[in-house]
Amino acid sequence: MTATAGQRGIGATTARETAKRLADAASLNATLSWSEELLDAEGARVDGMNKPGPLAGIPIALKDNIVTVEQPTTCGSRILEGYVSPYNATVVERLRAAGALIAAKTNLDEFAMGSSTEHSAFGRVKNPLDPSRVPGGSSGGSAALVAAGVVPVALGSETGGSVRQPASFCGVVGVKPSYGRVSRYGLVAFGSSLDCISVFGRTVDDAAPVLSTISGPDALDATTVARPPLGLPKALPNLAGMTFGLPKEYFPPDLDAGVAAALRRTTEMIKQLGGSVREVSLPNSVYAVPTYYIIAPAEAAANLARYDGVRYGQRRVGPEGDIRALYRTTRGEGFGEEVRRRILVGTYVLSAGYYDAYYRKAQRVRALIAEDFRRVFQDVDLLLTPTTPTPAFKAGEKTEDPVAMYLADVFVCSMSLAGLPALSLPVGRSNGLPIGAQIVAPYFEEERMLSAARILEQNTDALAEVR
Amino acid sequence: MAWETVIGLEVHVQLRTRTKMFCGNRTTFGDPPNTNVCPVCLGLPGALPVPNAEAIRLAVRGAIALGCTVHETSVFARKNYFYPDLPKGYQISQFDRPLATGGSVTFESPDRGRMKVGITRLHVEEDAGKLLHDRVPGKTAVDLNRAGTPLAEIVSEPDLRSPAEARAYLTTLRQILIYAGVSDCSMEQGSLRVDANLSIRPTGVEKLGTKTEVKNMNSFANVERALEAERERQVVLVESGRRVEQVTLLFNAGTGQVKPTRSKEESHDYRYFPDPDLPPLVLTPKWIAEQRAALPELPEAKRERLERVYALSATDTRALTAEAPLARYFESVVDAGADPKTAANWVMGDVMSSYNESGSFPVSPSRLAALIGLVRDGVVSHQAAKRLFSELAKSDEEAPRAAAERLGLVQVSEGNALRGWVDEVLAANPAEVTRFRQGEIKLMSFFVGQVMKKSRGKADPKGVQPVLQERLAQVK
Repeated sequence: MTATAGQRGIGATTARETAKRLADAASLNATLSWSEELLDAEGARVDGMNKPGPLAGIPIALKDNIVTVEQPTTCGSRILEGYVSPYNATVVERLRAAGALIAAKTNLDEFAMGSSTEHSAFGRVKNPLDPSRVPGGSSGGSAALVAAGVVPVALGSETGGSVRQPASFCGVVGVKPSYGRVSRYGLVAFGSSLDCISVFGRTVDDAAPVLSTISGPDALDATTVARPPLGLPKALPNLAGMTFGLPKEYFPPDLDAGVAAALRRTTEMIKQLGGSVREVSLPNSVYAVPTYYIIAPAEAAANLARYDGVRYGQRRVGPEGDIRALYRTTRGEGFGEEVRRRILVGTYVLSAGYYDAYYRKAQRVRALIAEDFRRVFQDVDLLLTPTTPTPAFKAGEKTEDPVAMYLADVFVCSMSLAGLPALSLPVGRSNGLPIGAQIVAPYFEEERMLSAARILEQNTDALAEVR
Repeated sequence: MAWETVIGLEVHVQLRTRTKMFCGNRTTFGDPPNTNVCPVCLGLPGALPVPNAEAIRLAVRGAIALGCTVHETSVFARKNYFYPDLPKGYQISQFDRPLATGGSVTFESPDRGRMKVGITRLHVEEDAGKLLHDRVPGKTAVDLNRAGTPLAEIVSEPDLRSPAEARAYLTTLRQILIYAGVSDCSMEQGSLRVDANLSIRPTGVEKLGTKTEVKNMNSFANVERALEAERERQVVLVESGRRVEQVTLLFNAGTGQVKPTRSKEESHDYRYFPDPDLPPLVLTPKWIAEQRAALPELPEAKRERLERVYALSATDTRALTAEAPLARYFESVVDAGADPKTAANWVMGDVMSSYNESGSFPVSPSRLAALIGLVRDGVVSHQAAKRLFSELAKSDEEAPRAAAERLGLVQVSEGNALRGWVDEVLAANPAEVTRFRQGEIKLMSFFVGQVMKKSRGKADPKGVQPVLQERLAQVK
């Protein structure tokens, strides 16, 4: 990282530099709120700290579904336009205590629902490597800022791949921890049993200390798990003794040629570094996307019920002036199309008469998907897959076809359903577009995953074209 | 046609915790609106619930006290519906895996004597807020102080057969929950609420009729009244050839009538599903056993023991166990040396009156035992003892004997004073004296009464009669 702990005045310097870079990157539309004043205040706060902490002077951008007292939190939605939280998310408190500067709030698909960051009420985010293409989503704003070199690290959130997929599209590292590793307190809920605050970094070594800082049990989140804190990745000399499983379902015949080539190169590198690879099977993973699109909307329908115009956010009084019109108008005008679609799907799958056919069945399939992973991890240490079936697609390419959009997450949903840690590592380029390899670890084995990713990263020219 | 009434009750009690079900806000009643609120109970974006361990403990105590099986694993579920007093758009409750199931309550039915009502289930949930319609003219205001207050919902089987029986069951249920320290069960403060389901069927028919739900009763007496009104309404409907619709009705205490709410509201599909923010609630058998062991003696057991140990009647023990402190006080008086039956009479009389008034016991058990001893030894009359009791209630310093002497309540059973009162009475009633001598001996009790009156209770009735006999024989 650029900043060194304990340097005097590092906060003020970082604040000024970051403000300049943020201003220069304005055309990406990656941020929803930041200001020089707030950055200067953050810099002064960090410089005034008695103990600067492990992240002293590091500027960090936050996806705009992580609540902060200083900036508004909109979730990319009209319904929360101007909403300012009276409290900070647990991760924000931990980052601040570690000396990080909160640099900006980043653009996202509305309520984190999307795979391209085209579903924000405040306009689409551009991929810094090719502005005609999407940065992926839903954490596209955070991914774009890291890819553009504006900040070394940023927080995103995952429900079904919303950090790994944009990391792959933008050529940066994206790390999703185990469910229960990082507190969700202050992360605006989408699919509560899936949501994970996750980290983007330029490198594994950028991302790892941030993940370590924000991880650990939280008395305010009953789903966090009391385990020893996450350490930093080890500097492995090689991958000797480490077995990578290649699940055949994640290497379909129609996989993009560039993606396939990049993964072949990574597989070779694993072998060169003394590791071994072996084909495995995760047969139920083919059901991951439909399973995800039942469970996540069901939870979302309940989680988004609170945006009713009664207590906070936007309120639209309907023509009839009664409470039902208030709900209908506030929610009808406040939510975008994709959010409304998912609320309707979620409401449907939980309805009397449909619950067993959809929601209950999806939960059973979810258990089968998780069981597949448990089984293969008896034989292999980690899994290697492509992060996405293709490199970044063009803006507008999939906005008219929700299912095509959903399939952009075909390789990342299953780990979310299983609650497993997974990351995306840039491993090459195809026609100038970044390609990510996904590494998946058993539950709470982030350290193993990050250590392996680190040595692969050091031995891979991620900017090189593959064929 | 003769109709049988079938009633089942859903009772919500507020668990006696300091803080709310899923956050740290206070649960005090009557604070200014929206002062006991935080991101969690306001349902702010990003806030998460964390279960209150004390609420779970109290609910488990209640479940054990009602004879339920407490499940080692239960699941919180979201009950989805829109209402302005419900901040999250769903209520955190329990659905298909409740905390406890399968209990019973034994109570005294006014119609059928001692009987059991089945308890279907007991589950924990959070309360909603309150809508205030009189606060802002022309608008409805929302007070979320109550939102998130911990509740136990106790669902009975449809085992009750009359409104009076329902009321008797509620009285016993309330008594058990107060004994177990689960809830204050104050209907006035809303810490006990009753929703009643009622249906009718021709006597002798097995199949249940269509049930309706009656709400908005603010006392047990009104539960009985509301159910009587609803039973009557259903009988009139059916006897006039119409059908009972499945509706929710509100009771109006002013008119004594029940009125259906808009039926549109009834088509609720709550879309329950397990709350992903809360892992399943897992309780160990050891912990559940500890809660069972920590339960105090419950009313039924206490009644039986008091009957057995102190040879008291069922009526006496029911009165003595109405509230745990009364029974405790009674036993302390006996422990301090009083005769159990006499102590029971005192507790059911003067002690209970003062307890009901003040909520406390102004005369300590040992002083009451001493007072009872004074009566037993003939030092004060029973009549004087009552005066002495109210005197003792004024201050806890003076010993009963000293107070009796200071007030001149010590009985006179012989001597000049007694003879003096007797002579005065005989002199004042010459006609009665004559009639007595002519053989109307039942006038003796008249003379005793007059002497007691003259002595203002100080004369010992047992000492008065011999003196009267003696004097009536002497005077010619």
